[in-house]
Amino acid sequence: MAKVAMKVNGKSVSREVEGRTLLVQFLREDLRLTGTHVGCDTSQCGACLVHVNGEAVKSCTMFAAEADGAEVTTIEAMANDDGSLNTVQQAFQDYHGLQCGFCTPGMVMSATALLKDNPKPSEREIREYLQGNICRCTGYHNIIKAIMAASGQDVASVAAE
Amino acid sequence: MPKDTGIGASSKRREDVRFLTGNGRYTDDINIYGQTYVHFLRSDVAHGRITSIDTSAAESMPGVVRVFTGKDFEGIGGLPCGWLVTDKHGQPMKEPAHPVLAQGKVRHVGDPIAAVVAESLAEARDAAEAIMVDIEELPAVVDMKKALESGASKVHDDLADNLCFDWGFVEENREAVDNAIANSAHVTTLELVNNRLVANPMEPRVAVGEYNRSDDMSTLHTTSQNPHVIRLLMGAFVLGIPEHKLRVVAPDVGGGFGTKIFHYAEEAFCTFASRQVQRPVKWTSTRSEAFMSDAQGRDHVTKIELGLDADNNFTALRCLTYANMGAYLSTFASCTPTWLHGTLLAGNYKTPLIYTNVKAVFTNTVPVDAYRGAGRPEATFQIERVIDKAARELGVDPIKLRRQNFITEFPYATPVAVEYDTGDYVATMDKLEEIADIAGFAARRAESEKNGKLRGLGVNCYIEACGIAPSKLVGQLGARAGLYDAATVRVNATGSISVMVGAHSHGQGHETAFPQVVAEMLGIPEDQIDIVHGDTSKIPFGMGTYGSRSLAVCGSAMVRATEKIINKAKKIAAHLMEASEADIELKNGQFTVAGTDKSVAWGDVTLAAYVPHNYPLEDIEPGLEETAFYDPSNFTYPSGAYCCELELDPETGKVTIERFSAADDFGNIINPMIVSGQVHGGIAQGIGQALLENCAYDPETGQLLSASYMDYAMPRADDVPFYAVDHSCQTPCTHNPLGVKGCGEAGAIGSPPAVINAVLDALNSGGHKVEHINMPATPSRVWAAMQG
Ligand code: FES
Ligand code: FES
Repeated sequence: MAKVAMKVNGKSVSREVEGRTLLVQFLREDLRLTGTHVGCDTSQCGACLVHVNGEAVKSCTMFAAEADGAEVTTIEAMANDDGSLNTVQQAFQDYHGLQCGFCTPGMVMSATALLKDNPKPSEREIREYLQGNICRCTGYHNIIKAIMAASGQDVASVAAE
Repeated sequence: MPKDTGIGASSKRREDVRFLTGNGRYTDDINIYGQTYVHFLRSDVAHGRITSIDTSAAESMPGVVRVFTGKDFEGIGGLPCGWLVTDKHGQPMKEPAHPVLAQGKVRHVGDPIAAVVAESLAEARDAAEAIMVDIEELPAVVDMKKALESGASKVHDDLADNLCFDWGFVEENREAVDNAIANSAHVTTLELVNNRLVANPMEPRVAVGEYNRSDDMSTLHTTSQNPHVIRLLMGAFVLGIPEHKLRVVAPDVGGGFGTKIFHYAEEAFCTFASRQVQRPVKWTSTRSEAFMSDAQGRDHVTKIELGLDADNNFTALRCLTYANMGAYLSTFASCTPTWLHGTLLAGNYKTPLIYTNVKAVFTNTVPVDAYRGAGRPEATFQIERVIDKAARELGVDPIKLRRQNFITEFPYATPVAVEYDTGDYVATMDKLEEIADIAGFAARRAESEKNGKLRGLGVNCYIEACGIAPSKLVGQLGARAGLYDAATVRVNATGSISVMVGAHSHGQGHETAFPQVVAEMLGIPEDQIDIVHGDTSKIPFGMGTYGSRSLAVCGSAMVRATEKIINKAKKIAAHLMEASEADIELKNGQFTVAGTDKSVAWGDVTLAAYVPHNYPLEDIEPGLEETAFYDPSNFTYPSGAYCCELELDPETGKVTIERFSAADDFGNIINPMIVSGQVHGGIAQGIGQALLENCAYDPETGQLLSASYMDYAMPRADDVPFYAVDHSCQTPCTHNPLGVKGCGEAGAIGSPPAVINAVLDALNSGGHKVEHINMPATPSRVWAAMQG
């Protein structure tokens, strides 16, 4: 067991964890932040994606101990201060970019990271960026539209309903 | 003007808010005080005899609560199959035992042998490694035809061979079909494989069993599409727990696609073990476990023959299919290749004579059961591929050949025992030609060719049978359950409403769409109505969600219950306004007396029902709550036409989908936004089947070769295009109150043949005389086909 301390969603936390504890387990089981999901065991689905020091990270690929001292942001901290959906979240709702919602936290975190680096991504750029996020429900159509809309682009002109 | 509320409005989904903020409550998010964790030790060989299991070392490992093996389940029921198929000789299918933990033999990679319950998951895993199991390996049967050869290794020692059943449909038509094919001017024959798939909902399965000694109640939290079905199967057939002592809860479920219909060993185990260890027991599947324990889909090997007369009218269709059951019969395994497949072989066409023979085969592979579409994608793929091949052989336009043979008059009784109530296949094909801009294809092909690419266009139609199902009919066909559904509409004193439904939402948006219907009927805002689902202790006995049935069956029950509410509310309103009940009208949430200016609001009536001071107590009871069970009188028959346009790189064999269009007829539509989303997702799964996905076993050893996302190619965002979907062609269902048909499976049914037809069109346009290519049409397969 080792002690890890980090800032999660703006709050300082510290816990004793086993060396093999993954960051995603730490978030879900120790902190009960269950918005971050686990969809695979080979680091491919992206359901576990969070931000570590502002960068998109699959939290199943990192030990909790490796995040010692880091600032971690999860889906639970993404809404506006008044609790309303932020721009990306709102676009996902407006464009029906989710169905079962299981991939959704990872998608929102991924899309947010993309838009930080590339504020007006093209359809192709979004599709390529999302290679590491699998959604089985939506066929991606409305996810791509939601991300384009969140970046202020005219969605009606790029894709039908 | 599109509506902004009620039926036909694209109301935004209210469930999205919790999912978008990380507040969904999926089964793995449930943690119960004192819970233990179970890890299953699974077979790593496909077939073998267990000669010894020694758990003593594991039992003394730190944190271990108890280790279970098959011995602990002796005398406990096995997992049942919900559908009895009778073969062509009138014999029942073979139903081998399906134990919760292996008894004596393991029959597929992943078959659970032992289970360790421990204080933590890590301790359970560590201890499982200390279990000593000796397995005498037996030859594995993987290929279905080899499994049927005499002398083949037997999956189940107590059966004569590996044949589960040999089904003929319609057996009385067999000779007539043989004769018609023999006498046809042209016969097109095609042998094809419908590749095995893994449903892969993004949420892996989870089960948490909990036993409460104070009231002798067992609760199972599980990732299920149908909690009541699980309660019935597990309580009555496996564990012998009476239903009133068993509660099954399926909270937010992260996708199902069929694979979460079935009752699984892990569910029975957690429920059973929680009584044994007197503590909650939790199991969370890893994705690797999901690949070897979730029921898989498709896996048919088929020979199909289509007869045509000299004028290209279809004369007869004959189909011989080998359907893989895997090692055990999963809950609805037997129904998928038979009644959900054979009855759909007329497709959209007036083929007068049809016969199909299905041989269901046991192999040393993971059980196979319904996956999105279930039987109907297999039927559609055969029909639509053989028609395309016939068109190429005859040198006729594939769209024209289809149009010429369309069913145009409804109701239409097919030669395969179903009657289509409505449809307009000409209209959906017209719409498809428009949205896919088929007229502009030649120019786009010329452009591709300039760039050194081949371009192909493939079209297909589909019909499906949804709204499963008329109980009486399916009872005659072997179903061991009724397939009605139920809804309770509970109007509260202040006028808000809870609707308890038997359908289960795991992505379909019921929490939004169902209130739209009730809001429309009552004229009150949608946000005054909430849907309650997924908990057998809260909802009436309903059969859950699969087969695109939620709205057509459960939605109909909800309409009936709401009608009862309206009738009673009108009586109360009549009393309050001292008018005759016959004169009461309900509009926009106001009750009025026809021809007067008297009115009372919805809330006045609901309050009177619960505070019955001024109330006709001598005539009616207080309260305002009604339940309805709805049993459909027929299936519903959504249909449509799909088009795929793609580019093929002749250097590499890589296919890129450029355009995908879908024109569907779903009858009436409650929420067009949700319907489009369902079609998008189905199309992506269909494209996945056609180009990417394949569940592969080593043909000799039965080892699962595609056991993770490293080896099983899920469609990613850059594998698919934007889709053009249209559902403006609407021929309402004639036998349910909403006129709805269902839309959940269409995309997955309608898209694989369009993709493969387009691949073949591209290849042939480049002078490659390729007649068929099996799915998935990977670059290596396409490239090999081009080399001849
Ligand atoms: S759980 Fe981390 S990528 Fe799948
Ligand atoms: S919404 Fe279900 S997996 Fe993406």
